[in-house]
This record gives sequence, C-alpha cells and structure tokens, in this order.
Amino acid sequence: MTTTTTAAHPALPAARVGLRAVILGALLLLALLPILNRLPPDSALHVSDFAVSVTGKWICYAILALAIDLIWGYAGILSLGHGAFFALGGYAIGMHLMRLIGDRGVYGHPVLPDFMVFLGWRELPWYWWGFDHFAFAFAMALLVPGALAAVVGYLAFRSRITGVYFSIITQAMTYALMLAFFRNDMGFGGNNGFTDFKELLGLPLHTPEARAALFYASLAGLAGALWLCRRVAGSKLGRVLVAIRDAESRVRFLGYDVTAHKLFVFVLSAMLAGLAGALYVPQVGIINPGEFSPGNSIEAVIWVAVGGRGTLVGAALGAFSVNALKTWLTSVAPDLWLFVLGGLFIAVTLFLPRGLAGLFRRREP
Amino acid sequence: MPRAIAMRRLLVALLILVAAALPAAAQDAFLAALPGLAGGFAAQATAVERLGATGDPRALPVLRALAEGRLLKRPDGALLVRGEGDAVSDAATGAPAEATGAEPVRINNRVRAALRGALGRLQLVSPDPGERLAAAEAVFRSRSAENIALLEAALAREDQPQVRARMELALAASRLAAPDPATRRAGVEALAATGSDDARAMLLEARAADPALAPEVDAAVAAIDRRLALRRAAETLFQGLSLGSVLLLAALGLAVTFGVMGVINMAHGEMVMLGAYTAWAVQEVCRTHAPWLLPAYLPLSIPAAFLVAAAVGAVLERGLIRHLYGRPLETLLMTFGVGMILQQAVRLLFGAQNREVSSPGWMQGTLTLPGGVMVTQNRLWIILFGLAVLGLTVAAIRFTRFGLEMRAVTQNRRIASTMGIRSGRVDALTFAFGSGIAGVAGVALSQIDNVSPNLGTGYIVDSFMVVVFGGVGSLAGTLVGAMTLGVVNKVLEPYAGAVLAKIAVLVAIMLFIQRRPRGLYALKGRAAEA
Amino acid sequence: MSSAAPPVLYLDGVSVVFDGFRALNDLSLVVDPGELRAVIGPNGAGKTTMMDVITGKTRPTSGTVRFGDHDLTQLDEAAIANLGIGRKFQKPTVFDALTVFENLELALKAPRGPVACLRWMLTGEARRRIEATLEEIGLAARARDRAGVLSHGQRQWLEIGMLLMQDPELLLVDEPVAGMTDQETEHTATLLRRIAEGGRSVVVVEHDLEFVRALGRKVTVLHEGSVLSEGPIDQVQNDPRVIEVYLGR
Repeated sequence: MTTTTTAAHPALPAARVGLRAVILGALLLLALLPILNRLPPDSALHVSDFAVSVTGKWICYAILALAIDLIWGYAGILSLGHGAFFALGGYAIGMHLMRLIGDRGVYGHPVLPDFMVFLGWRELPWYWWGFDHFAFAFAMALLVPGALAAVVGYLAFRSRITGVYFSIITQAMTYALMLAFFRNDMGFGGNNGFTDFKELLGLPLHTPEARAALFYASLAGLAGALWLCRRVAGSKLGRVLVAIRDAESRVRFLGYDVTAHKLFVFVLSAMLAGLAGALYVPQVGIINPGEFSPGNSIEAVIWVAVGGRGTLVGAALGAFSVNALKTWLTSVAPDLWLFVLGGLFIAVTLFLPRGLAGLFRRREP
Repeated sequence: MPRAIAMRRLLVALLILVAAALPAAAQDAFLAALPGLAGGFAAQATAVERLGATGDPRALPVLRALAEGRLLKRPDGALLVRGEGDAVSDAATGAPAEATGAEPVRINNRVRAALRGALGRLQLVSPDPGERLAAAEAVFRSRSAENIALLEAALAREDQPQVRARMELALAASRLAAPDPATRRAGVEALAATGSDDARAMLLEARAADPALAPEVDAAVAAIDRRLALRRAAETLFQGLSLGSVLLLAALGLAVTFGVMGVINMAHGEMVMLGAYTAWAVQEVCRTHAPWLLPAYLPLSIPAAFLVAAAVGAVLERGLIRHLYGRPLETLLMTFGVGMILQQAVRLLFGAQNREVSSPGWMQGTLTLPGGVMVTQNRLWIILFGLAVLGLTVAAIRFTRFGLEMRAVTQNRRIASTMGIRSGRVDALTFAFGSGIAGVAGVALSQIDNVSPNLGTGYIVDSFMVVVFGGVGSLAGTLVGAMTLGVVNKVLEPYAGAVLAKIAVLVAIMLFIQRRPRGLYALKGRAAEA
Repeated sequence: MSSAAPPVLYLDGVSVVFDGFRALNDLSLVVDPGELRAVIGPNGAGKTTMMDVITGKTRPTSGTVRFGDHDLTQLDEAAIANLGIGRKFQKPTVFDALTVFENLELALKAPRGPVACLRWMLTGEARRRIEATLEEIGLAARARDRAGVLSHGQRQWLEIGMLLMQDPELLLVDEPVAGMTDQETEHTATLLRRIAEGGRSVVVVEHDLEFVRALGRKVTVLHEGSVLSEGPIDQVQNDPRVIEVYLGR
C-alpha cells in the first residue's frame, strides 16, 4: 500500500495517516507496561504484575478480535467458532509446554505427561510426535486451525451456506470439538486439559522476564496481525470481500471465485486466531476444553461488535474495553457481569450497530 | 393375534376348572401324608417327600414350621403349627388349637435335606408371587428332571406372566436334563421359543453335554439369535425415537420462530429452561398450598409453562426483535444476550443448583412389550407427548384463524397488510406461540434432565441441527429430521460411544447439507429464492 | 442462420423444470458474433430463466448450451463469467459500499484469485481504461462517490460500465431501461448499440417495445418457455400469434 493506491482511491479517509500514528502510539504505550513494572513498587508510575499479565491476555484477545473482524466486518461471514481455532492454537503450544515438563511431573515419567501416566498409557500417541520442538508446535498452532478452517470452510462455502446457517455450523463445530476434547481417550488431558507448565524456550515461566517476553511477543503478534489485516482490507481483495458481503452472487457473475476468496480469508483468520491462542496459553498457564465452549466464541464476537466491525482498530479496541470491563466488574460485582454482557449484546445490536468506532467514523469500509 | 389370546384365555379358564375339581384328591394326599411327620426320622423324611410331591399349598406352612422348629406335637398325637405371636393352629385344618403339653417335633439332617427339596418345590405354589418367582429360579438352577411334573402342575395354576415366563424357562431346563431324548428335544424347542440370553447359554451347555442334540440346538440358537437381534433393534429404535422426540420437542418451537418467521432466536434454549422451571414452580406451589393437587401438577404445568414462555417471547419480540427484522446476524447476537440475561436471572432467583422435579407414578417403571422388548414409561410418555405437541402445532397453523394470518404474513407481508392483517400483532403472536411450545418442551425435559439454569444450552445446537437438516419452514421436515437424528445417534452409540456418535452426526449433517443445502424437506422454486 | 462465422451462443432443446413447472420448454436460440438481439415476452415467459441457464445460475433439466466451444452446463457462474459472458441484472446490483471507481476496478479484466487480488496494484494502463469507461457511461464526475448514493439510472449505467470493464464477448442485459426517463432510455440504447458495434454480441431482455424498436435489430419473442416468433420488429409485431399472447394485452 503506497501512495499510488491512496491516490487511486481518494475516498479513503485522509485521516489514515493520523490513524496510523494513533495505532503506533498505542502500541508504544503498551510496550511501556513491562518497563514500568520494573520500577520500584512505591513509584507513582509503577505497574503491578497483575496489570501486566492481564494486559498480555487482552492483547491476545485483541488478535482474536482482529481475526473475527477480518471475516465478519469485511466478508460478512459471522463465525461462531473462532474460539475453536483459538483453543486449537492454545492446545498446540500447550502440548509443547507439556513435553517440556519432562520428568518434573508428579509421576516423574521422562516422556509421558502426567495424565497419560495416570491413564496407564505406555507410549506417546503418534499425534504428539514432534511437539517437543518449539518450531513444530508453533507451526501446528497456525496450521491445525488453518486446516480445520479449510475443511469446514470449503464444505460450507462450496455449497453456498451463508449467513446464520454458517454461524450455526461453526457453532456446532466448536461444540463438537468441546465434546471431543472432554474425552480422556483423545489424549489431550480430558477435563483438566494441560497445566503446571514449567518453561518455554529455556525461560522458566512465572518469572518477570518470562512475563515480559511473552508480553512483547504478544504485542508483536498484535502489531503483525494488525498490519496483515489492514493490508488485506486495503487491497483489492478487501474490496472483493466487501463486495461479497453486500452482493455475493453479483461477484460471481463478475467472474470471481467467491468460494476461493472466502476460503482464503477464513483460513487466514483461523490462523490468526490460532496465533492468539498460542500466545495466550503460556501467559495464563492453562488450557482446557472449556475454551471450546460456544459461549467463548460468541463473546469474542461481541468484542468486535462493541468496538465496531469492519474497522480492525475498533475490533482490537473492543477486545480491550469489554475485557477491561469484565475484569473490573467480576471483581466488584460478579453476579452483575452476565447481565452487563447480555445487555451489551442487546445495546450494541440495537443502538450502536457500528460500534464505538462508528462514533468517530463516517462510513463503513 | 386376538384369536391366539382368546385361545389362551379359554385354556386358562379350563385349567382353573380342572384345578377346582382336584382338591378332594389333593387334600387326601396331604392329609394322608401329614401324620408321618410325627413318626421317626425315616418316616418323617418319607412324609416330607410325599408332602412336597403333592404340590398342595397347605403343605408349605407345615413344612416350614417343621424346618424352623415351630411344628408341635400334642400328647394326643395332633400336629400343631405355632405361628406369629405364639398363636397355635392345627396343622391339618388350620383352625386355632390348644397347645397344652405340646412339644416341638425334632428332626435330623436327613429330614432337613428332604425339607429343602420339598420346600423348594412347594414354594412354586406359594400364594406370594415373589416367593414363586424365587422358587422357579431355584428349580431352574437345579436342572433336575424330577421337577418336570411339579413345574407342569405349578404352571397350570400360575397367572402372573413374569412368574410363568420363569417357570417355563425352568421347565425347559428341567426337560433338557431328562434321560429320554424326546423330552430333551421338547426342552430344546421350548427354550428356542423363550428366546432369551439365558436360554441361549443353556442350549449351548446342553449341546456340549449331549452332542446328539447338536442339530436341534444349532437351529434353536440361530432362531434365538434372530429374535435377540430383532429385540435389540426394536429397543434401539425405541431409544432412538425417544431421543428423537426430545429433539423434536426442543426443535418444534424453533421450527416456528426460525423456520416459519425466519427469526433466529438464540434464547430459544432459555425458553425451554423457563418451561422446566415453571414445572418446578407449579410443583412447589401445589406442595405448599394445595397438596391434594400435587398428583396432577404435571398436567397443570403444561399450560402454565406455555403461558410463561409465550409471555416472555411476546415481550422479547415486541420489545427487541422487531427492531432487527432483516438483520439475521444482529438478531442472533442480540437474542444470545437475552438468553444470557435470562439464565443469570434464573440463577440468581432460584440458585445455580439443580431443582428436583418429581415424576408422577404413572411415568415411572418399565413396560415389557410382546417379544420381551423393554420400554421405560417416561420415555414412552415423551414420545407420545412430542407427537401430541406436533399435532397441536400443525393443527394450530392449519386450521385456526391465527394460523392462516401467520402463513399469510410469512408469505407476503405487504399483501397481508393490505388485506387488513395487522402484521405486527401476528409477528408477536407467532413468536409467542413458538416460545410457548419451547416452554411446553421444557416441562417434558424436566422429567428426564436436570432442571438448572443452563438446561437450554445443551439443546440449542441440536435443535438448530434438526431444523436445518429437516428443512427450514417445514414441520414435517422437523419431525423426520428429529427422529432420524435420534435413531442414527442411538444406532451409532454402541459402536462409537455417545460423544463420538454425536460428533459423527454433526459431521454427517454438514456433509448432507452439501448435497441438499436446504435440508430434507426443501421449499423449491421461486418461493425459496426470496 | 446462414452466417459464415460459428455462433457465439447456441441453445438447443433447453428445458428447465421446477417441481413439474416447465420454466423453459425446448428452447432454441442462436446468437451470432457481433449481433444485438432483443428478447421480449410476457411475464413468466422464461426470459430470466434463460439468462440463469446461460450464466450458470440454473442447471437445465435437458438440452445443449454452448458458448463457442464450451459446454456451459458443466461450469459454474464464475467460470462462465471468466469465459467472457457478462450479465446485467434486472434490478441494478452494484456494490453500494464501494466507490464508482472501485466498482469498475473490481469488474476490470484481471487475474481473479485471492492472492492475485491481494497483490494487485493499479497500473497506469488499468487506470486509463477505467477512466475511459467512466467517461463513456457519463459518471466521470462521480468516480469518488459511493455507488450507494447514485440515482437509479446512474446505477444502471455503472452496471453497464462494469460489463464493459469485464470485456466480455457476450453481454446479457436484463431490462436495462426499467424505471428510466425517456432521456436516460435513449442514452442507454446508444450505449448498447455502441457496445455491439465494438464486435461484442449483446442479448437484451426487455418489456419496453419502444426501446426494442430504438435498438432496431432482430427480435425473439418467448412464450411459455419457448420461442414463439423471431425476426425484425415489424414482422414480429404483425405476427398474429404474438399479437394474441403478448401485444394484444
């Protein structure tokens, strides 16, 4: 995206440059948090450990929100199963973290994770092979969600399943995965999932250094995701997606293979969600089948709706603000949170269809 | 079939007549053998065996008294039985008697052994059906040809089907142990006719013991296997249909709101949940204020649940959903939020734990159908209830003024409005109607599932699958879809386990939609394009 | 049909049955290269279904549909469009959220895959073509406006402009002047004639007889899913069968 294209599409808001500066500023501000965390606790600028770790979580949520916004805001595809891609990415890294525990587990088995020893398993199942390498696990965190999205997306888009039907199918997908991951014999720790991680890339978790490193990794992930999504949205592909959103069959008659375009962006989005999950799990130190629950996916959708879909930055903002509200409210008045969240669903759809960003922007993409 | 039953009744009547004619002779045998009990040990043992062979019900208390040291001998030689509370009666007549100077009759081990056999046989004619069943079971296990005559006699007076079945099995088993081949063969045939797992095992045993029986046994085992397979298939079908009815009930309201109106209501599961809580509330109100109504609380809660869910539905439609017509994805999100609020409200009001909803007596227990197919009553009721609710829904849409207006508005809102139909009112009523059906489904589900705030979440995905699979907008599709999914689920379960079966069904639906994107009962042509 | 060049579009014995209803009944139609053909017929005659069959939206129950050497019954909408068949819908469908310029850019003949679209850069050549088309359809001044704010007639022209950007060999145009003022109608007729003069074949489905007359070319009359009459407008208008089923109403 150079000045040529900006000139070619003069309708793009001139404020783009300003927006870019705001984004950079916000990212830099976030980057300060772990540094401020190192200040002595009595300093006025000191940021608590809790604040750093919770912000690190929100950054991952923001990546997930970007992934959802890319397909919902632009291509008009509402996935209610992105929590599944997020969880799969988390499980992939979780498997790596489990392998790194080595003989430090409760049973002290050199290879098998505790839950496998507990179930009386003798050797590592074949699908655990390779997860002792970080690069392999990280690749899987992107490829497995991507592959699942490719299969589900291909089946759905090819037979022209759109709108709420697609939403229901994806919800069923994450629901089915949740049921499957709850099973002990799947080899993913059943109910309890994975936890008790020790280290990652030689860095013991639970240390301030590890926390800062993971924070910066997530921030880099967010910056990269934001760049990628804006790149897609600003390209002709982005305009094709918008066209598909508004008049799908017309796009077909223009000679575009709608299935291929949708599939491309759906897979890309699923991989972003997988990335978010992979960054998330080492920070929270646990992954279990609850991450697949349909409620999680739909909650992530509401971050995007609150922030303003089709705006990318708004989606990330939505993830931060809704989760900030959640963190605050669940500590002050836990019973109220679900009312507020439910109320958000209603209020945003009825009164603020373009979200918070809609208050500042004049047009949809 | 009716003729066979009539024949059987006639036969039973005849047998009763014959039995009534018998007592004179039987009493004779009983009275004749009785005094032997007062003699020496050898005479006692003979008398016990003779009494046991009479098959006379009067012999049972006497022999039992002898075994337990409650049989007394008066100096005048009369035998007395000491019953409960030290009441004493005459052993021969059962009349109250004077026990002055009476001593307990003593027995030795030989007599005890004879008593065990005789008591076992006599229990076959005990007045208590439970005792008869136990006796049949004991005789079945002893596998002795001596019991054939006894069993035949006992069968002649037996009127409890369950006990009869056990006795027949015992008789067949006893015949298998008989020395003469013809009787053994009869036993094989009788066992083949019972068609149970026990019979199958026994036949294989007999085949090992007597290779000459092999051809008959093999044929009989094959016949039993066929019957067992058939029975299992029937039971699986029943379980499938009952699961299908649960799905049907859960999906029916959705078929109206989503299928007919095109409104996607993610709070549908919460409407079901409200229905279940209404059933609980009605039960509690009956318990505290009108205990005499408690037996009827379930029928009472059906209209109550309909009204509660319908009212919530009407408010939801008028207050929120109507502002989002034409924006299905927003409707989906908004109603999800509503569901969340309803769930949390119920959780705060009634607590997060499960609420006890009792099942009335007529819904409990198991029914055995002809052929040995076992059917649980509550499941049977749910199947009937599901079909009844479907029937009423269809009738309401087809034959009422409201149904007519509803169909008119669905097909062409504008034209319907010009004809004076207030489409807003019809929308509200339709949505309330669909929600009400969900509430009624909740009453049914309260009988088989835990009544908790998240009762509905478990059904929402399945319900949508049923509607999408069956074909949006078609109640027939919803019925066929629900039943198909239920049966397929239950057929797969033994092979794959419940969870994998469910996953397999979800995947299968996805693949099915590839072939028929509009479901089983698809609307075709121009109407479907709109 | 004795012209030397092989036909561009060749339909033979095409039937489409929906639930027992025959939308097309043994329909045959041949369009030559560079020909401008008007198709008329009463409601339900099968005009739109014919377009659907040609563009792959509907599969024929039986019959042959060929475009040059290609069997269209085996291809999907996008593949058919890429062969060089453009379609304009009865209800103008342009992309409201995009600008007029962007609408044309999407239609511009260029690689259509997702990755190609992601890497697409607007070259000077492409821009010149878009600007030339903007001039041609009279929307140069509106290039930066979103299509959603255009008037009905302007949307129709934008859609025709998008067809031009596709550079198709065959254009199917469904009721292009419905709801247009006389002046707009005239402008549209000129546009379509100019397109046909450029060597493309055009099939126009229309209700408006004045417009068909203004086109001044061969006319095909459809009735109940098959061809009732074919020829110059004057001849067709005097055909007693046509008068009975269509013009006589």
